[in-house]
Amino acid sequence: MNQPLSDTPFMGDAASAASPVLPSRAGIGLKPEHFRDVLAQTPELGFFEVHAENYMVAGGPFHYYLEKIRARYPLSIHGVGLSIGGQGPLDEDHLARLAALLERYQPESFSEHLAWSSHAGRFFNDLLPLPYTAQSLAHVCAHIDHVQERLGRRMLLENPATYVQFAASTMAENEFISQVVCRTGCGLLLDVNNVHVASVNHGGNAHDYILGLPLHAVAEIHLAGFAEATDSIGQPLLIDSHGAPVAQAVWALYAFTLGLTGPKPTLIERDNAIPELAVLLHEARQADAIMERLFKDSVPGTESQKAPA
Amino acid sequence: MSDHDDFAATLLSDTGDCPPGLRAWNGSDPAQRFAVYRNNVTVSLIDALADTYPVTQAMLGEEFFRAMARLYVRAEPPRSPVLAWYGDSFPDFVQGFPPASGLPYLADLARLEMRYVQAYHAADASALPMADLAGLLADANALAHVRFSLHPALETVRSRYAVVSLWIAHQGQTPANSLGEINLDLGEAALLIRQGLEVEIVRIEAGAAQFIDCLRSGASFADAVHSAAPFDLSNALALLIRGGAITHFTLQE
Repeated sequence: MNQPLSDTPFMGDAASAASPVLPSRAGIGLKPEHFRDVLAQTPELGFFEVHAENYMVAGGPFHYYLEKIRARYPLSIHGVGLSIGGQGPLDEDHLARLAALLERYQPESFSEHLAWSSHAGRFFNDLLPLPYTAQSLAHVCAHIDHVQERLGRRMLLENPATYVQFAASTMAENEFISQVVCRTGCGLLLDVNNVHVASVNHGGNAHDYILGLPLHAVAEIHLAGFAEATDSIGQPLLIDSHGAPVAQAVWALYAFTLGLTGPKPTLIERDNAIPELAVLLHEARQADAIMERLFKDSVPGTESQKAPA
Repeated sequence: MSDHDDFAATLLSDTGDCPPGLRAWNGSDPAQRFAVYRNNVTVSLIDALADTYPVTQAMLGEEFFRAMARLYVRAEPPRSPVLAWYGDSFPDFVQGFPPASGLPYLADLARLEMRYVQAYHAADASALPMADLAGLLADANALAHVRFSLHPALETVRSRYAVVSLWIAHQGQTPANSLGEINLDLGEAALLIRQGLEVEIVRIEAGAAQFIDCLRSGASFADAVHSAAPFDLSNALALLIRGGAITHFTLQE
């Protein structure tokens, strides 16, 4: 189980091999509530991740703090508004804003979602599901090609948490994602919580789902908490709330995944009911501890292999 | 591919409908599952408005505010994925919202809160060094013809109501004590100025706000002074200089 299937980097374009990457350690989402604490404490951490859209403002405190924090830590910029699964053309204004943000902060990683959030000029502020068909596959691949070309870099695509399925779908979600990765050369941001949520919500097997993914393309992992509801016949319906600690089942699935992928940059995601910084750091340590236990000698910057000062 | 049309339209309706073509693995009702999306959309956007308009919410109470915000979200969903400016038309919506007509100051209070957000996220700029200004201020002739560039984060507000006092009263720990002492029908004006990382809201004379608005629109110093109602010029200038609000000037004949 501890033998990675592959840890070779994406070789699709010459630039990516030389580009800096996030370290295979735990990171957390950067929240304005924690700006001051992060700078005051400069905690030991693999990286920070921010939502791109929150920093699409001209100036002020958000940029002030992000610049200072970015100077001290690796950075992942995670978009939530590009609507890659949307049916219309991509929003070129939004792509231009993204390009400017990436240029300014030079993050080690940029990622977006297999979902849509805008339609006919309206933005819904949620990650909405799409049917998995040959037609939608072609459409999503064309969008990702365009994004990677426009931004001049490889992007990571995140698997979604969904609550419904489409009668029109002709392929499984992991099969769809495999095809996208194969055709576009994008990387995979594997959200292990989303796998758990989607598997429970659709009566699937989370381990089989993960085994059916192109694991060589995994460049980052997300972990988060969910909320529990029930559907109309009383069966569990999990909501991807990002408002709770990582569940035990998700930690177990994370360890299973790492056994297949090797150590990976791992984000603790919390966007609602945001606790003290120390609580998120503690969860990040839990992820680091799992990586350390599985890969005692290969995780950089941990106790067993400290980089020289 | 028209399924996003149905999905999108149903997201913003209150009917409890479900777009066609959805299914659940166990035969449970897809409408109930779809409702998770509708709820995410509505609640997250109401939350975004609550973040921008905390004092407006405090004046109305959470229940009233969220009910009103829900109607706004349905009527005017965001046009952009950048949510910092979402709700810039909310004050106009509040002004035309009959159940809030008993609180005529509310729309201006909301306008003040949106200006605060704009000031918070506005571009950075360096203040003109005092040494560069000192000579100019000593030369009345030159000063009359000067055109100032002001900091991008500078905003003003003018209202027929005491919305600045209302806003200030909500910044402390015990707003309820001072609220009763505010005469809401006394008009007020404010200057919003960002120094360092903080946006400061300062009550100013209505004439001073007019003067600053004229400067911002590119008027010469003399024209700005003359087009404003009487106000304490040295006070207003001191406020701008102390706040680092003057970033550039040009001298024109």
